[in-house]
Amino acid sequence: MSNPDSALPDEVHEGIAAVREMGPQGMVTLRGDHAAVAGAVQSATGFAVPGQRRIDGDLGNGIAWMSPDELLILCDHGAAPGLTATLAQSLAGTHHLAADVSDAREVFSLDGPGAREALAKLAPVDLAPGRFEPGELRRTRLAQVPAAFWMAGPETFCLVVFRSVARYAFDILAKAAAPGSSVGHF
Amino acid sequence: MSRRLPRGGRLIDRDTPVTFTFNGRELGGHAGDTLASALLAADQVLLGRSFKYHRPRGLVASGSEEPNALLGIGQGAASEPNQRATTTPLQPGMTAVSQNHWPSLEWDVGRVNDAARHFFPAGFYYKTFIHPRPFWKHVFEPVIRRAAGLGTAPTGPDPDSYEHFHAFCDVLVVGGGVAGLQAALTAGRTGSRVLLIEQRGHWGGRAPVDGVNIDGADAADWVNATVQALEGMENVTIRTGVMAAGVYDHGYVIASEESLPEGGPRHRLWKIRAGHIVTATGAIERPLAFAGNDIPGVMLASAARDYLADYGVAVGDRVVVVTNNDDAYRTALALTEAGIEVPAIVDLRESGAGALGEAARAAGLTIFQGTGVHAVKGNARVAKIQLCRQDGDGAVTAELPCDAVAMSGGWSPVVHLWSHCGGKLTWDDAQAMFRPDAGRPPLGADGRAMVTVAGAANGELSTAAVLADATRAGAGAAGGEPGTAPGADDPAEAPIAPVWLSPANAPYALRSKAWLDYQNDVKVTDVELAAREGYESVEHTKRYTTLGMATDQGKLSNINGLATLSRALEKPIPEVGTTTFRPPYTPISFGAIAGEARGETFQPLRRTPIHGWHEANGADWEPVGHWRRPYCFPKAGESKHDAVAREINATRNGVGLLDASTLGKILVKGPDAGRFMDMLYTNLMSSLKPGKCRYGLMCSENGFLIDDGVVARLDDDTFLVHTTTGGADRIHAHMEEWLQTEWWDWQVYTVNITEAFAQVAVVGPKARAVLETLGGMDVSADTLPFMTFADGELAGIPARVFRISFSGELSYEVAVPASRGREFWDAALAAGAAHGITPYGTEALHVMRAEKGFIMIGDETDGTVIPQDLGLDWAISKKKDDYIGKRAQARSHMTDPTRWKLVGLETLDGSVLEDGALAVADGRNANGQGNTQGRVTSTYRSPTLGRGIAMGLVLNGPDRMGEVLDFTTLAGGTVKAKIVSPVFYDPEGEKQNV
Repeated sequence: MSNPDSALPDEVHEGIAAVREMGPQGMVTLRGDHAAVAGAVQSATGFAVPGQRRIDGDLGNGIAWMSPDELLILCDHGAAPGLTATLAQSLAGTHHLAADVSDAREVFSLDGPGAREALAKLAPVDLAPGRFEPGELRRTRLAQVPAAFWMAGPETFCLVVFRSVARYAFDILAKAAAPGSSVGHF
Repeated sequence: MSRRLPRGGRLIDRDTPVTFTFNGRELGGHAGDTLASALLAADQVLLGRSFKYHRPRGLVASGSEEPNALLGIGQGAASEPNQRATTTPLQPGMTAVSQNHWPSLEWDVGRVNDAARHFFPAGFYYKTFIHPRPFWKHVFEPVIRRAAGLGTAPTGPDPDSYEHFHAFCDVLVVGGGVAGLQAALTAGRTGSRVLLIEQRGHWGGRAPVDGVNIDGADAADWVNATVQALEGMENVTIRTGVMAAGVYDHGYVIASEESLPEGGPRHRLWKIRAGHIVTATGAIERPLAFAGNDIPGVMLASAARDYLADYGVAVGDRVVVVTNNDDAYRTALALTEAGIEVPAIVDLRESGAGALGEAARAAGLTIFQGTGVHAVKGNARVAKIQLCRQDGDGAVTAELPCDAVAMSGGWSPVVHLWSHCGGKLTWDDAQAMFRPDAGRPPLGADGRAMVTVAGAANGELSTAAVLADATRAGAGAAGGEPGTAPGADDPAEAPIAPVWLSPANAPYALRSKAWLDYQNDVKVTDVELAAREGYESVEHTKRYTTLGMATDQGKLSNINGLATLSRALEKPIPEVGTTTFRPPYTPISFGAIAGEARGETFQPLRRTPIHGWHEANGADWEPVGHWRRPYCFPKAGESKHDAVAREINATRNGVGLLDASTLGKILVKGPDAGRFMDMLYTNLMSSLKPGKCRYGLMCSENGFLIDDGVVARLDDDTFLVHTTTGGADRIHAHMEEWLQTEWWDWQVYTVNITEAFAQVAVVGPKARAVLETLGGMDVSADTLPFMTFADGELAGIPARVFRISFSGELSYEVAVPASRGREFWDAALAAGAAHGITPYGTEALHVMRAEKGFIMIGDETDGTVIPQDLGLDWAISKKKDDYIGKRAQARSHMTDPTRWKLVGLETLDGSVLEDGALAVADGRNANGQGNTQGRVTSTYRSPTLGRGIAMGLVLNGPDRMGEVLDFTTLAGGTVKAKIVSPVFYDPEGEKQNV
């Protein structure tokens, strides 16, 4: 059996920050009343439901608040189908929708001293230190495409876009992180 | 001559020489020069030709208000036309060229327009070139276009990069003069997050040039100390070289940064969200209207002072100062102190100046009071000034040889940013200026003022008043206490005289040489002509005369122009009013606006998981939304037409392969999912059994068909909706809108899973054989009959296999995880090799569906078509009480029996009808156009049938089977086509159901 392909396997671009394609990533969308799904989520992931615009954990095991009735659960790519089934099973009888959306997405990291500035060129988000820090997730846009991102470390962002626009997202991130393009604002 | 003095120039570094070229001539300047100051230092006074009359023009100003010195900078693809020399920092190796002349700057053929300028007054073009009408397009416009225009566009693609940057703050202060610095300091002390931006490369604005004292120290010292204090505040960010171009709703400000170091982006567009905006944008000096006020060497008094103080450049050897206010006396004093001869101060006011007048007399300067300018004379450079009585009609009283004239008509606050979003102005009679009306500010989302104006921009012209005003503004913007404002010593000034023309009773000969708008060549007499011809509104006069419509947007000319209009109309200035200020404050580059959106990233291109294979195998692409889909796969030497025919024949006779991944896939789940599906679709979906598929139609609430596709019921609670490629996002949004706004209490969730799957259609008589070779699932007719689906594995890949057909053939659509899509495609190609499996593109898909009479959203529909028009009544449930669009479809126009309806069309000669061709009818309509009775919606050459086939909407079409209609052709003739059934191929549906 072959390995699953992400859209841009292992692409990297170095500049004021490094853009890296992160490979296949497991993601499960869970729609439901947060209180009603909290127990199932806790037992499947070990996490409580995060607060508004918050994220807990990491790419290997994490959970993000996406909307008042939507959560995103992060896991290894191979674990997503099983996790989806587990959630569906434990939530039988509770109104919800659990869907494995792993392959609908592409994940990048943006890492380095210029990461905040590079991202602020593309997303209309206040990315100043102290205004956006690890633990917060933002659903927004990167130039012309929808995206979500959070900080995985003091200089590291994780970004999620739709798989079909992976090339576009990589290219605009690479442009935004081009060498010599520091803004000197943050 | 203009020249560099041996001393002075606070902004230049005399130890760092910089060489550059102007019109090919090598010149030298210093680091810190602007292009304008370096050219002036090199005695290059003539810098361009005016737009209409090609008159010689030189520098008038020293900042962004400069109307004349627009140069072409750089060479080749990176060149930039129309750059202001006054705001362009001098760079080593810079190449600059003058514009709008031929064959040369000094010797320009276009000057014939000037000699004949009496024949080219305001409105000349409108009046002259209107008859005969066709001549405008074919004769006049092409000739005028060639003669007009400023710079030359670059010839190649722009090699540079540009970017945007999003910034946020509580208080944005625009302008880094003493007002902006003080406002930022006051706001910063409250702890607010403050961003201060200044368009120039240095802080302090005019104060250091004007010799102002603040708190007993030189303004320059105060500026340095304040900048240091601001730099030391963690909550304050300050930045030079950023020009605020526009203020928009909700505290949104666009700013442009253009002087960036090499190796990075060329320009950066700032998108700033501010809680409150303080504009401390200063004021701009106005020219005076007198004959010859556009001759190179005539410039603003403040500019002459700037060139001296900032760059150590004398604008001339003998500089006459002409003024209606005290401020220009500063120029006379500064020039005198630098050793430049000032033959006279010509003060239009009978009573003269205040303390500065005393200082001028003490310095031994000659002052002519109550004196005006008959004319400035000179050819391409000032040679002399002729004086007269200001209140007379221009009889010459004296004549002074000179090589420069420094003029001041008073100051206009820069109110642009205040006005962009609705801030109103009030006329200040005493100071002869429009200033912001604090009672009518631009309002934010909370209904309160979102902009505060500070300093000279607010009409405060003395330093002490500026600082007090800025302190108030900064504190108000940040919501804090103002504290004590710094003090300043201001000399007592005599009032300005609101003089708009010199001499007051200048005859036509003088008025017709008195320029208001330098860049667009508008004179006092042009505005007077407009008034005589009945133009009373300042907005109309502006457009008729083009006053203020050039690239400087009338920064120098607006007030003088409307004052002239007010005089001509004999109405007070406030009654005449101003024109509207619109962004950008100064032009910003298209590159900066585009940002990253150019070249490969002009817009997102969506790629399926199989895109790479298509690309490697010669796909001819078709854009579908942001997707690229293969139109066909031409082989070497094969035309697209032949490729499409080959793909269809191979599919109908063997097996074809289609990448259908772009089709929308939306999960709909919940206890109320069936009820919701019944509302979304015109037909009954709740009765669909798990494991089965059903084709359905979706309409808007107005009844029009918006999407179609196959629904699969996954389980009791869950439906999988397939939409068209272009419909995925739109239909998902449509679902959420209804769920969130109308049926918020229904228990339904949706998730758009379009991109999670690669979907591949395996189509043709040999399709089953291919899937059997892949192995892993029973896909037999018994286990997986038509319009069902099953989950399983094919070739070891998890797969959901749908038995559905859009071609009329035996067909399976296989959905696999996107990450395995390419793997499945490759496996299917290998498994089908023995059957000659042939990938096909969207055109083969379209032709095959048309052969079967299947409609296509976007071909048979155009937003005005209802399902009933398309003979799809079978897909409209009669049992349901309601569905979205049902009530609309009962309206009288929707049930009108004369609505055009879908039929098939066959040309008698077998040819292919033209797309969109109209069926002609007898007679003419009310507009004199030929009547029509139908139109073609889809038309193709069918390789299966060996002839042209088409679908169309025709008046009473289904009742007219066999009737022959005439269809239009682009060439002008008609083609005969017979009305037939739209199902051309396998009408019994036997082939798909095997």
